[in-house]
Amino acid sequence: MTHLQVNLSENRMRRQKVLRRALSHRSFVIGFVGVGIVLLLAILAPLVTWHDPYAQSIIDRRLPPIWYGWFWDDPLATWNHPLGTDQLGRDYWSRLVYGGRISLFIGLTATLVSGLIGTTLGILAGYFGGRTDMVISFLITTRLTMPVILVALATVALFNSSLMVVTLVLGLLLWDRFAVVTRSATMQVRSMEYVTAAKSIGSSTPRILLTEILPNIAAPLIVIATIEMATAILYEAALSFLGLGVQPPLPSWGLVLAQAKDDIFFAPWMITLPGIALFVLLLSINLLGDGVRDLTSPEGR
Amino acid sequence: MTRPIEKVLEVRDLQVKLSTSTGPLHAVRGISFDVAMGETVCIVGESGCGKSITALSVMGLLPKKAEVQAEALRFDSQDLLKLNERQLSNLRGDKLAMIFQEPMTALNPVYTIGDQLTEPLLRHRRISKREAYSLAERILEKVGISGAARRMQQFPHQLSGGLRQRIVIAMALICEPKLVIADEPTTALDVTIQAQILHLMKDLQREFGMGMLFITHDLGLVSRIADRVLVMYAGQIVESGSVAEIFDRPSHPYTKGLMQCLPSGVRAQPGARLGSIPGIVPNLVGGIKGCGFAGRCPAVREACRSAEIALRAVAGTQASRCILPPEEVAKLWTEAVGLEIEQ
Amino acid sequence: MLAYVLKRLGLGILVMLAVSTIVFTLTNVAADPARTIAGEGATAADVEAARIAYGFDRPIPVRYAEWLANVAQGDLGTSYRQRRPVADVVAERLPVTLALGLAAFALALALSLPLGLLAGLRENTWVDRLALVFALVGQAMPTFWFALLGMVIFVVKLGWLPASGSDTWRHFVLPSVVLAYYATPTLMRLTRAGVIEVMKSDYIRTARAKGLRPGKVVLKHAMRNAILPLVSVAAVQLGFMLGGSIVVETIFAMRGLGYLAWESITFSDLPVIQAVVLLIAGIYVLLTLGADILNAWLDPRLRMG
Ligand SMILES: Nc1ncnc2c1ncn2[C@@H]1O[C@H](COP(=O)(O)OP(=O)(O)OP(=O)(O)O)[C@@H](O)[C@H]1O
Ligand code: SF4
Ligand SMILES: [Mg+2]
Repeated sequence: MTHLQVNLSENRMRRQKVLRRALSHRSFVIGFVGVGIVLLLAILAPLVTWHDPYAQSIIDRRLPPIWYGWFWDDPLATWNHPLGTDQLGRDYWSRLVYGGRISLFIGLTATLVSGLIGTTLGILAGYFGGRTDMVISFLITTRLTMPVILVALATVALFNSSLMVVTLVLGLLLWDRFAVVTRSATMQVRSMEYVTAAKSIGSSTPRILLTEILPNIAAPLIVIATIEMATAILYEAALSFLGLGVQPPLPSWGLVLAQAKDDIFFAPWMITLPGIALFVLLLSINLLGDGVRDLTSPEGR
Repeated sequence: MTRPIEKVLEVRDLQVKLSTSTGPLHAVRGISFDVAMGETVCIVGESGCGKSITALSVMGLLPKKAEVQAEALRFDSQDLLKLNERQLSNLRGDKLAMIFQEPMTALNPVYTIGDQLTEPLLRHRRISKREAYSLAERILEKVGISGAARRMQQFPHQLSGGLRQRIVIAMALICEPKLVIADEPTTALDVTIQAQILHLMKDLQREFGMGMLFITHDLGLVSRIADRVLVMYAGQIVESGSVAEIFDRPSHPYTKGLMQCLPSGVRAQPGARLGSIPGIVPNLVGGIKGCGFAGRCPAVREACRSAEIALRAVAGTQASRCILPPEEVAKLWTEAVGLEIEQ
Repeated sequence: MLAYVLKRLGLGILVMLAVSTIVFTLTNVAADPARTIAGEGATAADVEAARIAYGFDRPIPVRYAEWLANVAQGDLGTSYRQRRPVADVVAERLPVTLALGLAAFALALALSLPLGLLAGLRENTWVDRLALVFALVGQAMPTFWFALLGMVIFVVKLGWLPASGSDTWRHFVLPSVVLAYYATPTLMRLTRAGVIEVMKSDYIRTARAKGLRPGKVVLKHAMRNAILPLVSVAAVQLGFMLGGSIVVETIFAMRGLGYLAWESITFSDLPVIQAVVLLIAGIYVLLTLGADILNAWLDPRLRMG
């Protein structure tokens, strides 16, 4: 009983220590808060917006954002459309908030797909080595040789672009880093004592891979996941910007930017705002990733 | 002795503090010694007692976060503390040279031996590259490397540890320095190579007449090459004297303990490391009150912990930082209970 | 060394074969080239006629073998859109991309090497922090947005630079900067990490103990070792740039490979798409090989090991 209590309080103390260290890591905190805000807005989209992101209104086209009223006394700027409206009179705030849903959806789903592929390949290559490793390494090299944006664009175009196609194509293309990192991490872990111990008590290979190896390479995987998530979001935006990604009227930030391109002369805020949204999300994810890497690195501990 | 002894290095009350995440670490706590031309002074002590820091402060190669103070830090009658980085670098590699412990990593992997060996010459002497190369070949032969011309073309990874250490020594001696600081130059080598290198260094010292500050863990080695010995513990010199004095009559419990850990007859053999005395070294972050050795000393008493212990003359040139009279020290550790011998 | 290079070349050829298979499959199995050629609004009969006329009715492996044989001889087929040899179409676009890529790469190196070096030497000072922020911003900045912002400022507001095209050197300024900033963060961070690592090493202490001046210690003894891990990454970046950045070239309407790729994709000009992908893959293979050779030259341990 007392033994258990000691253990519990020790555990709690360790958790508190980890938490304290995480909270004092600046980029981790900034990244965490940034991603958290975008995530909350995306989830609560219907609650934080008061216009349908698809509702067009001819008389409300290209209304300026609220600060045009503050600084330049523009009478058209009102709280009704705090970030103004686009060329079809759609509320910009609503479009950006709903666009966040698309970015996050693509980022998470594509990373899940690529993470599954890459981690599986990497673990197999690293654990079995030999011929398996040779084949998988060849696959990785081949994948690295193909230009991502170009192949993604071409594939998406061939299959008629839609949100699902874009997500899948990116997921199928962005697994290389997962594979490379998992492979070398597995190689390092493979010969560790606990793996040998598990082998000697007769654990099955899948069991060893899942219960002994995977948990021990989790930290680098999380870091890669943040990198790939940012990459997927960036690529989706680029694809949509080039007109070959998510299709209108969906409010993907890349697409919103592309549509605002023609108003670059008269309504520069129309390209500024979606760009800032994208920038903030990507920056937050990168900071979060850097934070996790620092916090889980051996020197950081 | 007819000619006056020429002091090449004079250290008075050297203090070094390093800033660490837990506070300032007092790595060297007021040490004083001299090195004369042609003389070999050995610093012995356990790992972490401040030997390397002492050496690096003479060279001016301490990390930036280090804070150095001294009543005097004179090399060749120049005040090292008053020199700026540029003036210091004019001395380094020329009149003041250092040999490091790790022959495997002390050489840059991407440049040839010849390139690295001639660097001090090209930096400190007005000579052509060709002349530098021929001088370098000559010094390689002096440190016992045959086929010098071919070695000059090779890269560090193509040479064995012993050869690399000879090259590091050659590099330190190439400008004929007045003082060489050797920080455990043979620790990483196996015993036969160690003996060769030591022999070589002694020969070269005789030839060039330089002063040598030799840092080591290895008591056996001390007895073979030193003229004088400084025993360091927790950032201080706890005992100093000539080799004969220290080995015949250690008058600090720490020195005595170290000696006792050596099986008799091992003394003169290289490779006999400092024995391990039970207990742990005091933490150098924050201050230490009284004798630093109190935590491990079998004769510790009230007075040891209450006040700072001074370095007191014992006899001849010998001095010890202990309140016990030497006769008492001689009786210590005789049963050598619980002492292990580390080979 | 020679054996190593030959082995790597062999592997490169295998990889190219794999890439060509993937590309061919994508463009012939996933898409229906006959339908593409017949054009939009074609009847089923038109499509069938095109299928037979172009030989698309034969089995896929036969067509793949034939295509591969042609490619190996330098015959990349005929562009559906421009109705002339793909090789000509591609060759015409190469100079612009080459100029843009090289300029951007040089600029990226000129920014990231000194900045990374300085940040590494002055770890945790304001210079380091500034460099870090510069890198973080660069990493999070979508290329196309940065390009648009550049346009707003330097083209629309200040009128210093032309908006689009690739006729004079002034057309290349903004695109090069945009492309360079994309590559800079990675290169800079690697340089910084390399410098920090290397400055701790024993041979740097040895160099200082010889009395070498700080400049020489850093530039001769630290830099060469610090950039070793950079070489292969830089090669990949250069490959990316020489392959033509679709985004940058499209935004600035520069008549290079990237823009060609985008046009060909929107017009389903399959032979050109195939050719561009193969070309970029080939550049990548050659550059990584070049990086390995350069690494061996910089580091004798690789040369003889
Ligand atoms: N760069 C540094 N930063 C902080 N503390 C240091 C640094 N270098 C050394 N120290 C500390 O200073 C003290 C003295 O170190 P020093 O390197 O002089 O020991 P040493 O006697 O040479 O030991 P060894 O025999 O292991 O080489 C040690 O406690 C060490 O932990
Ligand atoms: S001063 Fe006291 S504690 Fe220190 S060595 Fe002497 S007897 Fe031991
Ligand atoms: Mg040391």
